[in-house]
Amino acid sequence: MINTSEILQTVRMISEEKLDVRTITMGISLYECAHPDKKELYTRIYDRITRQAANLVRTGEELEREFGIPIVNKRISVTPASLVAAACGDPVVVARAMDAAAKETGVNYIGGYTALVQKGMTPSDRALIASLPEALSTTERVCSSVNVASTRAGIDMDAVRLCGQAVKDIAEATKEQDAAGCMKLVVFANAVEDNPFMAGAFHGPGEGDCCINVGISGPGVVKHALETEAKGQPFDVVAETIKKTAFKITRVGQLIAKEASQRLGVPFGIVDLSLAPTPAMGDSVAHILEEMGLEACGCHGTTAALALLNDAVKKGGVMASSHVGGLSGAFIPVSEDIGMINAARSGALSLEKLEAMTCVCSVGLDMIAVPGDTPASTIAAIIADEAAIGMVNSKTTAVRIIPAPGKTIGDEVEFGGLFGRAPIMRVSPYSAEQFIARGGRIPAPLQSLKN
Amino acid sequence: MEKKNTAVVTVVGVDTCGIIARVSDVLWKHDANILDISQTVLSGMFNMIMIVDISLTRFAQLEDAMAVLSVELGLQIRVQRSEIFDAMHRI
Repeated sequence: MINTSEILQTVRMISEEKLDVRTITMGISLYECAHPDKKELYTRIYDRITRQAANLVRTGEELEREFGIPIVNKRISVTPASLVAAACGDPVVVARAMDAAAKETGVNYIGGYTALVQKGMTPSDRALIASLPEALSTTERVCSSVNVASTRAGIDMDAVRLCGQAVKDIAEATKEQDAAGCMKLVVFANAVEDNPFMAGAFHGPGEGDCCINVGISGPGVVKHALETEAKGQPFDVVAETIKKTAFKITRVGQLIAKEASQRLGVPFGIVDLSLAPTPAMGDSVAHILEEMGLEACGCHGTTAALALLNDAVKKGGVMASSHVGGLSGAFIPVSEDIGMINAARSGALSLEKLEAMTCVCSVGLDMIAVPGDTPASTIAAIIADEAAIGMVNSKTTAVRIIPAPGKTIGDEVEFGGLFGRAPIMRVSPYSAEQFIARGGRIPAPLQSLKN
Repeated sequence: MEKKNTAVVTVVGVDTCGIIARVSDVLWKHDANILDISQTVLSGMFNMIMIVDISLTRFAQLEDAMAVLSVELGLQIRVQRSEIFDAMHRI
């Protein structure tokens, strides 16, 4: 029998420390929908998604109610659109069908407007990247990702150049909304096939017909545990405390994943052990780092603190779930974390320090706003740097960057809701134009002689 | 994990007369059988945890009724399936 203090601890985590399940994401294969005719392709995709995910949102709401824990997002990920659209040649059809199906099923985002181009691009991949400004400015709920690098294939620098340009063009196409379209594009290295988190979720080519993936959250719970159980203690105690807390959080994710999969009659995929922050007070990853003794996130010591946090969350979480996958690591999106926002605003956190932090955690330069006049080649170079970190360290990295039109250092961009707000961060004024213009591929790195 | 048909009811707030009676009344009306009660009052704050059998209960209706009572009494009342507590605190 569970005792009183354990019951009250769970209740407190939910009511005061903002414990929630961040997302239930249903992965749906669209292979069967491929068709050369646009109209037929649209209908097949729409029907497939709306049939498969008809009960997703309702089931999520039932689980919230019965277990008394918020499930913040119910979402869908699908097979990379460039594969599904290859026969038809027009990927935007897929985006429109995805958007309509998302609205019908009631999910807030649908991911998978994706191209996997780490080794090279098919005509369909090129068409998808070229269509990004149109697709992301004319749909509401479609999220997109492009995988431009992997440890085994190297970096596709042609794709990196195209993505840098695409980011600029999306910003221009959605300039009335402060380049909000850029929030819906993630450029990856070593993208994972079962990530439940947007905007980078897609249902990978190696996945089955349909599955349920769950993303956990809970930075507030971890911070509270450190405050009460590890105040002033050595790092051994800090690591142990985080592990125990991560175990509890993950068990809730596992329970919800199992229940959702059972009620929807769909196999359970994975639990993603990511500490996902929100802009709300008390739900910040940066504040956990500061609780360890840093004056402000971004000061010297931040990378070490983050490495400890990231590792301890995984160690605690793996035992709590039968299948762990996705991105699984601490997220450090600048605009979506109040501690990160404040650190960027005060100048404690620079883009260079963020890049260093991405070497030891999931997932990369996420939700970064930069001046609107940043050249496409500089954005491409930022993507290339981040991809290189992922490629060499055999980990996932990503860039989600917003060159806010008309904004410069000292300004802020307000995205609203879970996306928060982002102070414009300084980029290097020196040009990478000729570097990016070369194109070609950066070869895959050696996997031995690891220094 | 073992599938249970029990729920945990937690009630927290300023103590007044008749809280247990009112909560129990709602449980009775929704065919929820009380298995265990633990209750304390500390500096005027009422704390109660009930374990109830909900085999015959329609969960959504019980939860709605508790939400109404929660507003009426000015207390925090939560009804949650037991599995979430087992999951979090037992290996």
